[in-house]
Amino acid sequence: MSAILNEANKKVLIEPLVNNNPITLQVLGICSALAVTSQMSTSLIMSLALTLVTACSSAAISAIRNHIPGSIRIIVQMTIIASLVIVVDQILKAFAYDISKQLSVFVGLIITNCIVMGRAEGYAMKTPPLASFMDGIGNGLGYSLILISVAFFRELLGSGKLLGIEILPLVKDGGWYQPNGLMLLPPSAFFIIGLIIWAVREWKPVQRETVEFKIMASAHGDGGHH
Amino acid sequence: MPNENKTCRHMASLCAQLEKYEIYLKAKAYAERVLALGNDSLEKTIVIAVSLCLVCAVLVSFAAVALKPLQINNKQQDMKKNILEVAGLLEEGGNIDRAFDEKIEAKIVDLATGDYVDSINVAEYDQRKAAKDPVLSVAIPKNQDIAHIRVKAKYAKVYLVKENGAIKSIILPVNGYGLWSTMYGFLSLDADGQTVQSINFYDQAETPGLGGEVVNPNWRALWKGKKVYAETDQPSLEKGLIEEADIGEVALSLVKGTVDSGKPGAQYQVDGLAGASLTSTGVTHLIHYWMGKEGFAPYLAKVRTVKGAQS
Repeated sequence: MSAILNEANKKVLIEPLVNNNPITLQVLGICSALAVTSQMSTSLIMSLALTLVTACSSAAISAIRNHIPGSIRIIVQMTIIASLVIVVDQILKAFAYDISKQLSVFVGLIITNCIVMGRAEGYAMKTPPLASFMDGIGNGLGYSLILISVAFFRELLGSGKLLGIEILPLVKDGGWYQPNGLMLLPPSAFFIIGLIIWAVREWKPVQRETVEFKIMASAHGDGGHH
Repeated sequence: MPNENKTCRHMASLCAQLEKYEIYLKAKAYAERVLALGNDSLEKTIVIAVSLCLVCAVLVSFAAVALKPLQINNKQQDMKKNILEVAGLLEEGGNIDRAFDEKIEAKIVDLATGDYVDSINVAEYDQRKAAKDPVLSVAIPKNQDIAHIRVKAKYAKVYLVKENGAIKSIILPVNGYGLWSTMYGFLSLDADGQTVQSINFYDQAETPGLGGEVVNPNWRALWKGKKVYAETDQPSLEKGLIEEADIGEVALSLVKGTVDSGKPGAQYQVDGLAGASLTSTGVTHLIHYWMGKEGFAPYLAKVRTVKGAQS
């Protein structure tokens, strides 16, 4: 255990949670963060599936990294990732049928999740398997953290429930809470992720991007006529 | 554990035996030579690509084949659960297979004539698959395709609940397009083929919380006791809600807002889903299509005439 959890591995595991979060800092994997976060249960399973796929594909790619021809390296990575995703999808259909029905195509779309490819190309191709595995777990957890936070707000405010259990009794069921329909639609995830990114960058100003250009002051003063 | 050791030893001896064969040694030597090549050589690129594909193909097919029985079982259980649920026979924690076998009888119906078909194996017939099979399906002309499903199977699989030989509920499969997805469900009717017992949608991908509320038990409870076909109903006729010619036609529809149960015609109306007009329209259309003469109307007419009789 001590060998697995030495300082370097701990760092690759913990860094992606906040300091180098794939969603809030690298702004990757947004598509599925919009699609599956209207409920906590689907987000949890999606997080688990993505974490497993990222970790295992990074480890597998890293294990053969010295023999991957440069000209076909992206295809090789995709093949490994796609195979793992299909296996995960099959396992879900066999052991968590209800959830797999809700997630439908989104499990398959892990293949195109930029986080998985990003870690394979950016980290696993030049790092030994164990560290790559840890890096995959870490990035998967970073993704999960954001996904679950977004789902928390969307499910609570959108349907008054958490994990399907009623928290805020709805007006239509005789309670007092009028649910916010916007929270159930994908755009609300954009707003919540935006707010989270804002909060994180207020907390850790080092994550703020440097301004690449400045918008010039309008020559007309108050402007408005164009 | 002893078993594992045995397997290990077995594998080791197998390898030792392999060493004797020339082809194995040749393959090993070849593999070593290719791995030593530069990563950009054409030969290595091809060998790596082919062997990676082989390994991945084996992994994927193994998972697919090994888990297939479990997946099929899940699907069947889910289907049986939905049918029991719509019939009001689902017991929490009960044995689904046993309840289904005891209480539910599946039948194949020829949609065109409304007659039962005995030449098809009921257990093996899958209506959704048949709808995709050119031999077992018919294309729906565009002007009739109000449910936007394009094709339908020639034969439908209906389920009957009987009590002492008399039909208690008729469970009909229905499907139609909502906002994002084709919604698949079951509608269960009383033996009169007119009064709704329940409806449920087991496969849909409408917006969760809006159109997805088609699965909400509170909304589904509103369907109980509603009438599918317009009856001779004096107050409605007087108010012009139903024309003389409409009698016997499908009248059941979703309406905007809440149904005022005191008003005439309320027995043909169900509350629309708030914030989901397209899904609501889709549900109305699928009811009109499947209860109409293109759907189950011929069958229901026959059920009514031999009401309660053994078929």
